[in-house]
Order: sequence, then C-alpha cells, then structure tokens
Amino acid sequence: MDYSQFLNMSQELSLLAVILILFVADLFMCAEDTTLTAHHSQSAGRPACRNKSVLRTPLPVILLTLHTVLGIAPLVCSSCCPTDITAFGGMYVSSAMAIVVKTILSVGTIIIFLTAHEWLKQPEMANKQGEYYTLTLFTLLGMYFMVSAGHFLMFFIGLELASVPMTALIAYSKRSQESAEAAAKYILTALFSSGLMLYGLSLLYGTTGTLYFAGIASQIDATNLVQLAALVLFIGGIGFKISLVPFHLWTADAYQGAPTAVTSYLSVISKGAAAFVLFVVLAKVFSPMIEQANLLFFWVIIISITLANIFAVRQKNIKRFMAFSAISQAGYLVLGVMGATPQGLTAIVYYLLVYMAANLGVFLIISITEQRSRNDRLVSQSGGECSGKGLLISDYNGFYRTNPKLSFLMTLALFSLAGIPPFAGFFSKFFMFMAAFKAGFVVLVFIALVNTVISLYYYLLIVKAMYINPSDEPIAPFKSDCYTRAGLALCTAGVLLVGIISWFYTYIDQFSFGL
Amino acid sequence: MNITIDYFLILSAIMLGAGMYGFFTRRNTLAILISVELILNAADINFAAFNRLCQNGLEGYVFTLFSIAIAAAETAIAIAVMINVYRMLKNNFVDELDTLKW
Repeated sequence: MDYSQFLNMSQELSLLAVILILFVADLFMCAEDTTLTAHHSQSAGRPACRNKSVLRTPLPVILLTLHTVLGIAPLVCSSCCPTDITAFGGMYVSSAMAIVVKTILSVGTIIIFLTAHEWLKQPEMANKQGEYYTLTLFTLLGMYFMVSAGHFLMFFIGLELASVPMTALIAYSKRSQESAEAAAKYILTALFSSGLMLYGLSLLYGTTGTLYFAGIASQIDATNLVQLAALVLFIGGIGFKISLVPFHLWTADAYQGAPTAVTSYLSVISKGAAAFVLFVVLAKVFSPMIEQANLLFFWVIIISITLANIFAVRQKNIKRFMAFSAISQAGYLVLGVMGATPQGLTAIVYYLLVYMAANLGVFLIISITEQRSRNDRLVSQSGGECSGKGLLISDYNGFYRTNPKLSFLMTLALFSLAGIPPFAGFFSKFFMFMAAFKAGFVVLVFIALVNTVISLYYYLLIVKAMYINPSDEPIAPFKSDCYTRAGLALCTAGVLLVGIISWFYTYIDQFSFGL
Repeated sequence: MNITIDYFLILSAIMLGAGMYGFFTRRNTLAILISVELILNAADINFAAFNRLCQNGLEGYVFTLFSIAIAAAETAIAIAVMINVYRMLKNNFVDELDTLKW
C-alpha cells in the first residue's frame, strides 16, 4: 500500500494535528481563573494548578486560523482550476468545491469559538473547557470526511463522526435538565435515522454490488423500486441532519436545550455540510433518478419552509424561535438541490456562506446577552430558577435603549436572514431562486417567495421588541469582551460585504462545473 | 438444504420492522435503544448477505465491521446520556422528557 496517499488528505490531517495539539495542551494547561480553579480542585483533593499557561480561546482560534489558511492555500496559489484529488482508489475525493466548503465550515467554527469564550469563562466550566474544543473539532473532522467522501463507507463514518460527539456537546451542561433532555432526544432520533439510512445503503449495495459513488451511478435504474426505496431512506437520513420537515422534530428541542455555542454550531456548520453532501450524492450517485428526487424535494421544501414559518411565529423562547427559522432556512438551502445543476451548487455554497455570517451573528448576540443577563438575574432573584430556561423574545424589550450597538448589529443580521436587499441575504436568496427557476421549478420559487414575506414578519417581531416595545426591566447595559467583538466584526462584515462584493459569487462559481 | 439469499433478506426485514415498531411504541429509553440496535443489525445482515451473493471483494463485510463498531460507539454515548437523564429525573421514560415542548 502506498502510504503517501495520506498526504492527499492534507486538510483532514492538519485538522487532526490541531485536535491533537489541543488535546495535549488540555493536559498541561489550565483555566484562566486560578483562584476559582484552586478552590474547586482543593475541594476535590487535588493540588491546585498554578504556574501553568492558559488554555483559552486564543490557542484554538489561532491554530484553527492557521489550519484554514493552509487549507485554502492550494486554491489561492494555483491560477487555474485544480483537478480533483483522489486517494485510496476513489474513496476520498477532494474537489476544489469541497475545499471551499471546508474553508467556510472552519471559518464558521472559528467564529463559534469566539462566541463560546464568554460561556466557557464561567467557573463551573473551568475544568472541562478543553473538551469543548476537542469535541467540536472532531465533529468538524467528521464533516470534512463527509464532504469529500467518494464511497458510502467514508460517507457513513463521516456522518457518524459528526453526530456522535455532537450528542456529547448538546449534553455539555451536565447539571441542566434541558441539556440532558435535548441530548436524549437528539441521540435517539439520530440513531433511528442513521439506522434507516444504513438499511437504505444496504439495499443500494445489494442492487448494484458496489458502494463507490462512481460505480453506483451507472447501475441505477429509475424504475427499480428497491433503489427507489434506497433513495428515500437516504434522503430521510440526510434530511435529519439538515432538519427538513418530516425529520425536523428533534430540532427545536435540541436547539433550545443545548448551550448556545453548541446551538449555533448545530444550526450552521452541521447543516451546511449535510446540504453540500446531499447535493454531491444526488448529482453523482442518483443522477438517473433525478426526476423522482425532484418530486420528493418539491414537497419536502414546501412543507419545510411553510410549516417552520408558521411555527416560528408562535415561539416565545428566542433559541426555539431561531430553531424554526433554521428549519425554514434549510428549506431554502435545499432549493439549490432541485435539478442538481452546477448553478444550484454555487447557490448552495454561497447561501451557506451568507447564512453562516447572519445566523452566527444572531447567535453571538443571543449568547452574550444570555451570559450577561444571567448573572444579573441570578443576583437579583437569588435563585437559579430562570438560569436554564434561556431568554424569551420579550426579554429583548427595550434592548435598544440599553445596548444600542448590539441591537443595531442584531437588526442587520436579522434583515440579512429575512433577505432585505442591501444585505447579503438578499443576494443569496436571489441566486438560489434563480438557480431553481432556471431548472424549471416556477411554482416552487413562487411559494418560497411568498414565504420570504412571512419570514420577514417574524424576524421583525424581534426587531420590534428591541426598538419599540417598552420594558420595565430591560437587559442592563454591558460591554462585550474583545473575542465577542471580533466575532461580531467578522459576522457583520460577512453580512454587509459578501453580497455587495460580487467576487465571492464568481469565485465560488468557477469551481462548480466539475460536477 | 440450501440457504438462499431470501432467508437473510426476510430475517433482516423482520428485524427492521420489529425495530421500527419498538422505536415507536416503547416508553423506556433503553428499550428504544435496543429497538434501534435491531434496525442497525438488520442493515448489517443485509450487507453481509449481499456480499455473499455478489462475491466480488469484501466491501459488504468491511462495511458490516465498521458499522458494528460505530453502533457500539453510538450506544455507549446514548447510554451515557440516559444515565445523566436518570440522575435528574430518577427514571428514564420518554413521557417524562417533556420540559422542552412545542
């Protein structure tokens, strides 16, 4: 066997190196606040860790930034379009588009690490913050493998590597009942959907005799009912990851119960990776069945967008509200899958980039207000009753008067999610609709457009709460730390610039012709 | 007697059906977990049986091995989550997991 093939997986290898460095660093470094740690560890009968350097947001962020820059380097340096890199006889395929997607995913993870700083700073997190980084990066590694899979075994391992540590992340707040409940719901539905998908893959293997993407495509017959069942089961399994409507029931609960930094990871990174993989598999493997897949997605998209919009209107809890918003955004994201055209692929990746900037911006602000107001409320009510419940939308009443800058940035991000013209969200929706329209799905585009108007209504509900609704006890003014500011600056830059600077779209577009 | 592929497929279909039925009707999280294991094992049987039928390479067997390992990892973490739930609620019935709703 030729071991130099491993070098083809350079992005995965460098991510693995980052994980290992953080893992070892976790052993030798300790939390910033030595007084609290000393108190905790003395009570546990262990010596206090002193004279050690600090494992905190800087190290993971710097390492991950290095990794991202190294990963994108081959695309930037070579002037022409690089060809696909394969390893292990086609099990691993890294196209230029896959590199772009991986870069987007790791940039999103950097922003999430910046978000998590404030949350991990709490004294009860002091002993276990290293785990957070390692687990998150392992799910990211799983998504990397999923994105560049060329064989269903690689795909399945990537999918499971992405969803199993995710459960541990959702259950991360060990003492919170919501967190445990959300994790239980997540793992049971995840197991069920991956079990069904595995059954579908076995049917596919039985009818074609191979599991390589390239080998299956030639043996797919659109009239074969067993293969049709395999397609449906596969879409069910991946639809669970993207949280499309018939498979969405875990979404709201998991989003609400999980810590906010994990929720934002779930809503953007894992969803984006799964949507890209769905497109790749449909285009490469199920291409003879594209008619049937389109019929299926036609209804799935309509139900996803509409139902999620209706449910989002009636939500009180802001994270639950964002969950339904994310389900409806997933419907738009899958719109690009229709017809499996190269234009659709560009639209998906571009939509993912824009959605990431806007959604992470909103979650950053939710996370920081949650942390800051939590401390206030704990002091004022002297009981932990509301600590795990999370913020309600009505808690944002009067937010503009106390924190004008943050509420302005949140408004920008929400407008981008709704798709109002000067912001990036408009352009991503526009390209998405254009791709679906050119593929010939006029009715679908019309229904999606109508739903955009409905979504504007509920996004504006939050804006109204912040600017107009009066409140006796608004969230007290606070200054955010520099990590949150850096994250917010990245997100706002994404919201404002990615749409207006057309370079992003054309850059992504030049890689989409390989498929 | 010659054991054909049909026997394996019927067995795995029954296991799949039993697993899905158990998943929807059981109220104990551990019983639900066992039902899911039935589904995963049904798929594993399919892979092994199809590989025996196709006789080209070891793809199906290898897939079975990997999926058994992955199922074990999943079960481990699922049981960890359930122990955590049990510590808080003092039981592990799904009816009790109703804090997060609608």
